[in-house]
Amino acid sequence: MIEWVQPSLFFYAGAAILPFVKGKGRSILLLSIPLLALLAMLSASQGIHGVVPFIGQELIFGRVDKLSLGFGAVFMVSAFASLVFALHVKDCREHIAALLYVGSAVGAIYVGDLFSFFLFWEISSFASVFLIWLRGEKGSNAAGMRYIMVHIAGGLLLFGGIIIHVGSGGGIAFNEMPQAGLGPTLMLMGFLINAAVPPVHAWLADAYPEATLTGVIFLSVFTTKTAIYALIRGFPGTPILIVLGAIMAVYGVMYAVNENNCQRVWCYHLISQNGYMVTGIGIGTALGLNGAVALAFTNIIYKALLMMGISSVTTMTGGRKQSELGGLYRSMPWTFLMFVIGGFAIAGVPPLMGFVSKSIVVSAAAETHQGWVILMLIFGACGTWLHPLKLIYMVFLGEDRGKDRKIEVQDPPANMLWAMRILAFICVFFGFFPGLLYAMFPYPMDYRPYTLGHLVEAFQYMGFTLLVFMLFLKKLTPENYISLDTDYIYRKGSSLFMWLVNRLAFLRHVT
Amino acid sequence: MSLGIFLKKYGEDPVFCRKARKGFYIFLGLVVGSDFFVHHDHVNFLWDKIPGWWSFFGFISTVVMIVLSKAIGHAWLMKSEDYYD
Repeated sequence: MIEWVQPSLFFYAGAAILPFVKGKGRSILLLSIPLLALLAMLSASQGIHGVVPFIGQELIFGRVDKLSLGFGAVFMVSAFASLVFALHVKDCREHIAALLYVGSAVGAIYVGDLFSFFLFWEISSFASVFLIWLRGEKGSNAAGMRYIMVHIAGGLLLFGGIIIHVGSGGGIAFNEMPQAGLGPTLMLMGFLINAAVPPVHAWLADAYPEATLTGVIFLSVFTTKTAIYALIRGFPGTPILIVLGAIMAVYGVMYAVNENNCQRVWCYHLISQNGYMVTGIGIGTALGLNGAVALAFTNIIYKALLMMGISSVTTMTGGRKQSELGGLYRSMPWTFLMFVIGGFAIAGVPPLMGFVSKSIVVSAAAETHQGWVILMLIFGACGTWLHPLKLIYMVFLGEDRGKDRKIEVQDPPANMLWAMRILAFICVFFGFFPGLLYAMFPYPMDYRPYTLGHLVEAFQYMGFTLLVFMLFLKKLTPENYISLDTDYIYRKGSSLFMWLVNRLAFLRHVT
Repeated sequence: MSLGIFLKKYGEDPVFCRKARKGFYIFLGLVVGSDFFVHHDHVNFLWDKIPGWWSFFGFISTVVMIVLSKAIGHAWLMKSEDYYD
């Protein structure tokens, strides 16, 4: 009797079999993979499994504890919904890339040593870039190339950090790292790149909107959340993370104001949301870490739902910019309803799932008496609410700015709608039963979300954000521009570098 | 009644929209008013003693976010879509 299986094996085996299965069988195969992996996770006993000796060290392929189990389970639910959403995709290469990507991300969650973590981390980076390249457009080819370059840089930092850490006697176990020393610092930098912490965040907003319409759903979940997991595991209570996280929370919502591309709005929004998690990890108390976990779990669900909403709109209308959309609630009422549930949930409107998760990190900051952090996080929370309002209005309400499109618009195919319904249901369910969500947290805590104080606070800043939105509607009219971000440095810098190299090559040729 | 027809019925009814707007303003008033009576368990910060603080902060934050982002965008960051091509 096998008592434990690395969950990634289900995904790798599925990816290997997939090209030989067609039609209904392929759909059944795709959907059974995350369910089987989830079953394997739930049936495994807590503790260490799959220990393999390797050049004098021990590789641990299975560390089952509350943290890995929680992340793993939420990953599987999200993977299931995302695969339902992608069922209509005929190109099996895209499914294979998604399976390898998700499998490696969940593999990384489950290992207990730095070497195997790095292995899964890298496979997940290389598999994910195919979800961008498979879009097959000039923009996506270039964006994918930039994406993989950034992740190679991040991977090298991580690898260098691991080697130095192990070389200086730190051991290869992946537990809480020392907060000083070159090795851990390089590892932290590698994690921060994948968590999209400014100023090394621009790859996310650059690459994700260039991915395939179903690939972007997977991308929006697994890379950054694996990095958040790694930070919780390796760097809880690192003070610099409080500062970086608070900056992130504000930076993301500020940048999202000017964005016209709906997916890019969600990308900046995602950066802001990750900021809350990074702050919680930096605070490092039980409440802070649970808050980070809570936000990671819930964000995985509603961010996927919101990305699905935009992908549905783009699939049916061909438009992805606010300046070419509007008034779609008439023709896509179900997409509209699911999008509203996702948007309200991410903003933390009670009684949806965001409300029971977001306030934990804020309470953790209050508990540790960090007033400036609270103010920055609530500023971010106003933006977290402003942007769903903006997209709901610009895409689904308001005037239709794409009236001259030739196709008749309607709700997307059943598989896409059902994927959104599954996630929307979860958003409502855990809002009403937060205790079930809290039971998945790694650290014990006594926290009640639905107190009068919390409700009045949330209704106040949200109510007045909505008021400002109504007053400033005209100023928020989408404009057909892009915004420069820190990717400017390597996008322009690489041209300069090539110019220099060509000059030198020419000189050599002359001499 | 299908969802589409239901949404259109209320979404495009000017009387309903006017009522909803009025209801929203009353709601805002009630929320600010209620803060005078809510007992805060933990008074850690100065603003915990100011009734209606989060209404004020929410309003100012959102205005600053929109105005500042647009200003920086127009002055510096916003470029035409073919900027990198």
